[in-house]
Amino acid sequence: MSAPVAPFPQVDHQRAVFADGLALDCGMAIAPLAVAYRTYGQLNAARSNAVLVCHALTGDQYVAEPHPLTGKPGWWESIVGPGKPLDTDRYFLVCANVLGGCMGSTGPQEEMTDAAGRGLGRPWGTDFPNITIRDMVRAQKRLVEHLGIGRLLAVVGGSMGGMQALEWAATFPDAVFAAAPIATAAYHSAQNIAFHEVGRAAIHSDPAWRGGRYWEEGRVPAQGLSVARMVAHITYLSEQALTRKFGRRLRGAPTLTFLEDVFEVESYLRHQGSTFVRRFDANSYLTITRAMDYFDLAAEHDGDLAAAFRGTATRFFIASFSSDWLFPTAESRAIVRALNAAAANVSFVEITSDKGHDAFLLDEPDFHRALGGFLAGCADRLGV
Amino acid sequence: MPEAPTDRHHDDGHPNGRPNGRPGGRPAPRGGEIKYVAKNMRLDLRLIAEMIPSGATVLDIGCGDGALLAHLTAEKGADARGIEIDMAQATQAVAAGLAVIQGDADHDLAFYPDGAFDYVVLSRTLQAVERPREVLRQMLRIGRHAVVSFPNFGHWLLRWQLLSKGRMPVTETWHREWYETPNIHPCTIRDFFDLCRLDGYEVVRWLAVDDRGMRAPWTRAPRLANLFGEQALFLLRRG
Repeated sequence: MSAPVAPFPQVDHQRAVFADGLALDCGMAIAPLAVAYRTYGQLNAARSNAVLVCHALTGDQYVAEPHPLTGKPGWWESIVGPGKPLDTDRYFLVCANVLGGCMGSTGPQEEMTDAAGRGLGRPWGTDFPNITIRDMVRAQKRLVEHLGIGRLLAVVGGSMGGMQALEWAATFPDAVFAAAPIATAAYHSAQNIAFHEVGRAAIHSDPAWRGGRYWEEGRVPAQGLSVARMVAHITYLSEQALTRKFGRRLRGAPTLTFLEDVFEVESYLRHQGSTFVRRFDANSYLTITRAMDYFDLAAEHDGDLAAAFRGTATRFFIASFSSDWLFPTAESRAIVRALNAAAANVSFVEITSDKGHDAFLLDEPDFHRALGGFLAGCADRLGV
Repeated sequence: MPEAPTDRHHDDGHPNGRPNGRPGGRPAPRGGEIKYVAKNMRLDLRLIAEMIPSGATVLDIGCGDGALLAHLTAEKGADARGIEIDMAQATQAVAAGLAVIQGDADHDLAFYPDGAFDYVVLSRTLQAVERPREVLRQMLRIGRHAVVSFPNFGHWLLRWQLLSKGRMPVTETWHREWYETPNIHPCTIRDFFDLCRLDGYEVVRWLAVDDRGMRAPWTRAPRLANLFGEQALFLLRRG
């Protein structure tokens, strides 16, 4: 067992706080509701150029600027910026930390409140209610209204962010001119739930987790959270990508010695695990993976995915990546077919890439061209 | 087996859909460039565009880089959408802001609701699909009209080659060998009339055209059109 790891330092995040709180799908309500967010670019006079970016499971609102904890570049800087597909010279970009997250929005790490909204002097921890993707979207809707935006030009997101984009279009169709769910699915598959459960089991089995009350001792279940991240990271890459990046190479040795050999891929995963615990809260990880597992958009509409979109005027851009086995193309095609059945306006491309699920975050020129062209076409139509 | 129009097939085709996209990989139009493209749009696409009234909802199956969609959107205010089997062409069309999905005629039409479109277009692709009769049936289920163009296998040159040489014809239009052509269901103009009769489709208009899409003068004489027309263009309605 490695040495105890202290929680990551708290930093100030830009936040909007809603005293009246939010009613959740589980029947509970949380008050007050805090939504931490970042914006890039300028909202135009007509308030018609706002694009909401939804982040993935372990992402956050720091899309296109250095991360306040790690100092690393924003997670989608390949796409967001002046002259880029999400052009900050043309669009007003908004990204919120999801409900249940750990970068300033209401979540397990924030102070628990009672029914009257009074602080209880302790974090929510595992007492944080079970939330859904739709709850996350409702929280974002509050932020968008707070910023004075009646209708978003677009909602864009990959992976869990794509689930949110789908949910936005289904729940608030009049508030979304265009939706771009990328590398995602309309429900979380049994295989994906299974991988999440391995991650959760790793956290639960870390003695430092202490039934979720690790905050009492001022340390975090670093070992469990790190293993969860390692497992998840394998699912984000393809076999070809792992082979290309690492193959069977050893760290610091040309051949096997049968002593202290470490394969490059092992070293990489350990690094991913150990850096992750310095910026992510274990209880948040449990809460958000659960929300993804709950997600089944068709089930919210009596089992008919097309019913979620019937009569919609929203324009859709669906993209998948050929080597993504976590959210394979077949899942995207199922969304496209449901949208066709609903007579919706939809564009769909499968991008050829060997980078696996992570491809949506990486430099994929065809993807960038297609997404950028789609958004520009929508903006032209709205006169943005 | 012979080959379909040369301008369509500048590289290896796909066995179950439009073998390839529109000529030359010309980028689809954006914004102010629309007129340039309309002027230079392939002639048979212009003939198709003439059949479609303003403001129609249109599905173009095998839309290539979306030249017809861009034209119909810009010039006729149409709500025009497309399906393209070739991923590079579909990506190009989407990047031009057009509502195009990657997919194919044999497998994706079944997912559209009845009567979703005023016009469903299938240009120079019917001969390359797995089940042409089913594709036509789907087109007239999801659309009130179908616009279909195909290369005419009854053209005199093909007949002459088969008669004189005893081998599968190879012409400018049908230029691939029988063992590698994607065009698995060639038909003649008279064959197509028969299928329309069999399945109860009303032929609203039809044209025989030459390979460059210029109108040929045999509209009143199907037998002559079948002999001299290189391409056929039909506007159908559910009977």
